[in-house]
Amino acid sequence: MGEVIVITSGKGGVGKTTTAANLGTALALNEHRVVLLDADIGLRNLDVVMGLENRIVYDLVDVTAKVCRLKQALIRDKRFNEHLFLLPAAQTRDKTAVTPEEMKDLTEELKAEFDFILVDCPAGIEQGFRNAISGADRAIVVTTPEVSAVRDADRIIGLLEASEMGEVQLLINRIRPRMVKRGDMMDIDDIIDILAVDLVGVVPEDDCIVVATNRGEPTALDSTSRSGQAFRNIARRVTGEQVPLMPLEAEEGLIARVRHLLGFGS
Amino acid sequence: MLDILGKVFGRDEAPSKEIAKERLRLVLVHDRATVSPQFLELIKEEVIAVITEYMEIDTDGVEVSIHSLERSVALVASLPIKRMKRAVKAV
Ligand SMILES: Nc1ncnc2c1ncn2[C@@H]1O[C@H](COP(=O)(O)OP(=O)(O)OP(=O)(O)O)[C@@H](O)[C@H]1O
Ligand SMILES: [Mg+2]
Repeated sequence: MGEVIVITSGKGGVGKTTTAANLGTALALNEHRVVLLDADIGLRNLDVVMGLENRIVYDLVDVTAKVCRLKQALIRDKRFNEHLFLLPAAQTRDKTAVTPEEMKDLTEELKAEFDFILVDCPAGIEQGFRNAISGADRAIVVTTPEVSAVRDADRIIGLLEASEMGEVQLLINRIRPRMVKRGDMMDIDDIIDILAVDLVGVVPEDDCIVVATNRGEPTALDSTSRSGQAFRNIARRVTGEQVPLMPLEAEEGLIARVRHLLGFGS
Repeated sequence: MLDILGKVFGRDEAPSKEIAKERLRLVLVHDRATVSPQFLELIKEEVIAVITEYMEIDTDGVEVSIHSLERSVALVASLPIKRMKRAVKAV
């Protein structure tokens, strides 16, 4: 029996879709069977982040409206053999096209076949959020180290607790070690202290994510990228392994320094 | 002097993360204080239960509410006393 994990945030644009794509990728690399379920109806993005946008025939609403069977709508990601599938959101409908009950039935059905169902939640606290959390066993709340994002994360954590969500864990995205070092960005302890919630991982700000998104190849596939490493660690923690947080500041090796000097980013 | 040193090293005020933390603390006190009427009712009942051990109060006149002040939030309870119990004096 699989587990349904909803990736949510409150504030928009903090990295839910990036997290869903990379966590799914990293879990699939470890041979878990994964479905990425895009619940952001009307604003679907997970397909392009994964580079699967040209393969969509049916979508989530087609499944719940019984236009097609679930199997027909699942897009297999060929990079991972039989380990990673995407169920895309409908692009031309709105959040009310699906009900929480339908989502629950759908995730139940997926749980029978897969180890992990990762639900990419829309921003906000309205119906799209209600739908996305309705079948979930646990939640990962994504935030950035900013006042507005942390505040909204607090609200979401409150709502998740009120809805009796199982485990709720926090992912801090876009940490910038240099800014933390000079005291201009809240660090991990500050945020955990304020939100009083378990941490599942920290992902640094990383240019590789932009490049990866351009290409449709999640950074978790790139063994040299810092963010990819962070997501692979998070995937292991999600499966119950104890993995220490990686040091924020990369030991800048000679090659990295030369690359940096030559302007290849950091 | 410290000020000048601070300026020389490009640090003329508190690190901005301290400001962020303080603002966040306050905003969350306010956000979290928006509690449900049921919750307030629960607090009210428990407060009444405790206070009636020491004095007789007009339970119908009890009011419990949350007040937002600028830098903090307060739980305000008004408990009209009808009669003090003699035992209280002895304590
Ligand atoms: N760690 C990171 N480093 C650099 N860029 C990042 C990082 N995480 C996310 N981004 C970028 O931030 C943008 C928003 O990310 P993403 O789409 O994952 O957020 P979201 O929470 O899903 O947004 P929405 O609320 O609109 O669904 C994207 O352009 C993404 O590439
Ligand atoms: Mg998104």
